[in-house]
Amino acid sequence: MAITTAPTDKPVKLVEPGSGTGSRTSRMLGVACLVGVAVLMVFAFVLTEADLVQQDVVRMIYIHVPSAIAGYTGFVITAIASVMVLWKKSLWWDIVAVAGAEIGLLFTGLMLATGVIWGRPTWNTWWEWGDVRLMTSLMLFLVYVGYLAYRRVVPSAEVRARRSAIIALVGVINVPIVNRSVEWWASRTLHQQSSLSDGKLEDLTLFTLAMGFVVFAMIFAWMLIHRFRIGWLEVQADTVGLQAAMAERRAQMEADIDDAVAHPGIGADTNADPNKSGPDDSGPNERGGAA
Amino acid sequence: MREVWAVARKDLRIEWRSKVVASQVLPFAVIVLVLFGLALDADRSTLRSFTPGLFWVTVLFVAILTIQRSVSIETASSAFEALRLSGAAGWKIFAGKALAVAAQLLAIEAVMLLGVVVLYRSSFEDPVLVVTAALAATVAIATAGSLYGVLAVGMGVRDTILPMLLLPILAPVLVAATRAFDDGLSTAAVNGWAWCSLLACFALLYAIIGGVAYAVVLEDA
Repeated sequence: MAITTAPTDKPVKLVEPGSGTGSRTSRMLGVACLVGVAVLMVFAFVLTEADLVQQDVVRMIYIHVPSAIAGYTGFVITAIASVMVLWKKSLWWDIVAVAGAEIGLLFTGLMLATGVIWGRPTWNTWWEWGDVRLMTSLMLFLVYVGYLAYRRVVPSAEVRARRSAIIALVGVINVPIVNRSVEWWASRTLHQQSSLSDGKLEDLTLFTLAMGFVVFAMIFAWMLIHRFRIGWLEVQADTVGLQAAMAERRAQMEADIDDAVAHPGIGADTNADPNKSGPDDSGPNERGGAA
Repeated sequence: MREVWAVARKDLRIEWRSKVVASQVLPFAVIVLVLFGLALDADRSTLRSFTPGLFWVTVLFVAILTIQRSVSIETASSAFEALRLSGAAGWKIFAGKALAVAAQLLAIEAVMLLGVVVLYRSSFEDPVLVVTAALAATVAIATAGSLYGVLAVGMGVRDTILPMLLLPILAPVLVAATRAFDDGLSTAAVNGWAWCSLLACFALLYAIIGGVAYAVVLEDA
């Protein structure tokens, strides 16, 4: 059940120094994200009306809710990629999984931070222990902190991909729990029910919120593309290092064989000479060992 | 089922002979209960009202130690390899390991329940609910713990990574078990049986995931 890595027999071409992980499409997407954020800010802070009860604080909804959805999306992508890791045994999907988890964690952190800031003027508290949505969101955040921490301590890429896929699949159970918590435990939360489904949002507010979803989706896609490319380059860099180590080992073996052919009588003393170490005496090679 | 019982019996026999759980983990549980009493200034009414939470937090600490012990008896002499070569299906090995952990946790919980009655003066208003909730929560903890325990095998940082991975996914179990005990010990007016149903759902979910995933994880252990 070996997980497919980049081929080691073909020369790997890394990106040119200074070219980064961008492409024409991703740069255009990046520009679209910047424009989208600017337009969203205009709608959120200038064009939409303040709420009758919450006043200007309600504008937090345009960041808080899209952040939450982007966070869930990241974890769901991680779960889907994890299924593919276990099914297809491909490292490609493992890179997608870690990219989804990192970006999901970032947006979930943003959701928690904006929620805390929103809670203070609205509920008169930074943190409410009895709020089931807050608590489940924090637990979701911690599950994926553990997932990423775990990935850092497993040295083998294959084992890491398989094991962390299982952790991701257990962790994603929390996503529907967080999302549905305000409906399931309506009496144990200060959060309101879903604003989208109850139809109470005004047209411009709803439009701005929808725009927030689109802008955050673009930012999410832009980050996913770049994080994936970084992950792929890491795999390629490992492959290049492995190829270099293998070429070095091969050259050393050929030199030893030539030496043995040229001096057939002194083969037994070769290992005694510290300047003529054999192929097995070259010391541990980190990349070769990892492979 | 023979393989399940064989694995469970093996683990329990090792524990019976080594007495690690009885001589180290159980005293640790009692020490934590006493320390909670000291930290809360020995206020009996406070201790009594917080008994469900204190009890289940202690159980989680104890579970970490028990699971680490369950894994270490396999890694100490490369016994995971022997388990793999035994030909038993992964889910059967998982079920056996989880069963042994659950049995040890239940034994410790029984002593701890006695402890909270003596130390915190708690009383069981609904013993059936308390026992049912303890059973369901213990199965959830043992199944999730047995899966995550073997995930941490082969790493130098097993002792620190296991709680970090396991405790967040057991947080819903902690909440549900505490609420069920709130009803069973009459420390809060909640519907304990509803929380007990949630515990059963988590126990079933973790058992299914563990049973399916264990073979994959065992391959690398």
